[in-house]
Amino acid sequence: MKSVANVAEKPDRIVLTEAQKRSRRARSIALALVLGALVILFYVVTLIKGPGVLNRPL
Amino acid sequence: MTNISATDRRDEIARFASAPLVSEASVGDYVALMKPRVMSLVVFTATVGLALAPVHLHPVLAFTAILCIAAGAGAAGALNMWYDADIDRVMTRTAGRPIPRGRIAPGEAAGFGTTLAVGSVVVLGLLVNWAAAALLAFTIFFYVVIYTIWLKRRTPQNIVIGGAAGALPPVIGWMAATGSIGIEPILLFLIIFLWTPPHFWALSLLRADDYARARVPMLPVVSGVQETRRQILLYSGLLIPIGAAPWLMGYAGLLYGVTALAAGAAMAALACRLLLARKAAAAARTAGRMFAFSIFYLFILFAALLIDDRLASLIGRGA
Repeated sequence: MKSVANVAEKPDRIVLTEAQKRSRRARSIALALVLGALVILFYVVTLIKGPGVLNRPL
Repeated sequence: MTNISATDRRDEIARFASAPLVSEASVGDYVALMKPRVMSLVVFTATVGLALAPVHLHPVLAFTAILCIAAGAGAAGALNMWYDADIDRVMTRTAGRPIPRGRIAPGEAAGFGTTLAVGSVVVLGLLVNWAAAALLAFTIFFYVVIYTIWLKRRTPQNIVIGGAAGALPPVIGWMAATGSIGIEPILLFLIIFLWTPPHFWALSLLRADDYARARVPMLPVVSGVQETRRQILLYSGLLIPIGAAPWLMGYAGLLYGVTALAAGAAMAALACRLLLARKAAAAARTAGRMFAFSIFYLFILFAALLIDDRLASLIGRGA
């Protein structure tokens, strides 16, 4: 069993620095915006095409 | 031809192995990974191809097509930077890219590029049409596998053949609108295809030391400066009739024809000056001008084609 002192010396998880937290948050927001935009795009295209959305000719 | 030694490759791997486990890459680093300047040219030429097509897409579908083509170009750029990270690190022009700087790990770039490539092709297929999506997939494959992985490090004709990938976006734009191919997009393809060698060789004349250090067999490194200048003049000369072909074949009006001939003559004149330049400083200046002018040339030709087409629609020419 690990002592409290050992755990303090050798942390068994990664502790993010402030810079890493900031960049991860920015990347997450960008990814969320992209996914949200894709949802809106698919929705709008479905409205435009109507029933023709299922017609995908080569 | 290998570019760097096995020791260098081991150093490269060790450097990334010792990189932080958690990425500090910013959104800007990922944007840089997509080669935004190349992407802007792709977007512009694809938009012209789409706008010239006889079938008019709904604006949202046209926007979607251009978005997918831009994302596909970004994917190809990211995969190119992933594969070329070793030579990018050696070259001054590319040492500041996200992978050589250690901002993005090679595996992250490969994952990002692959996801973007699959996503752009699938979305284009689902929302626009599968013919354009198939051509986009082929373009990404051609740029990454045929140009980057196969030709770039093996032959001085790398950018001549590889230039086909950069020439396809207007054809994809046209196919997005029509679902088929025609003579007009093939002419646009030929213009960019013949424009690519003088454009890149002008740059490679300025960066010959960089390419030699990275052992990339660009024409000035393999065949010398004078042969490169001759080839630039040859391709610039070929570009004059091909640039004017849409007008000569009746697909564009006089505005485009005059613009294409004037811009083509100016480019060939610059190529002549480059061939005859004797002093190193003057030759470097002319090569720089040639590179800058070649970008302007492509922009003005495609812009003239677009304006000419709009004017023709307004006055009802060809109706």
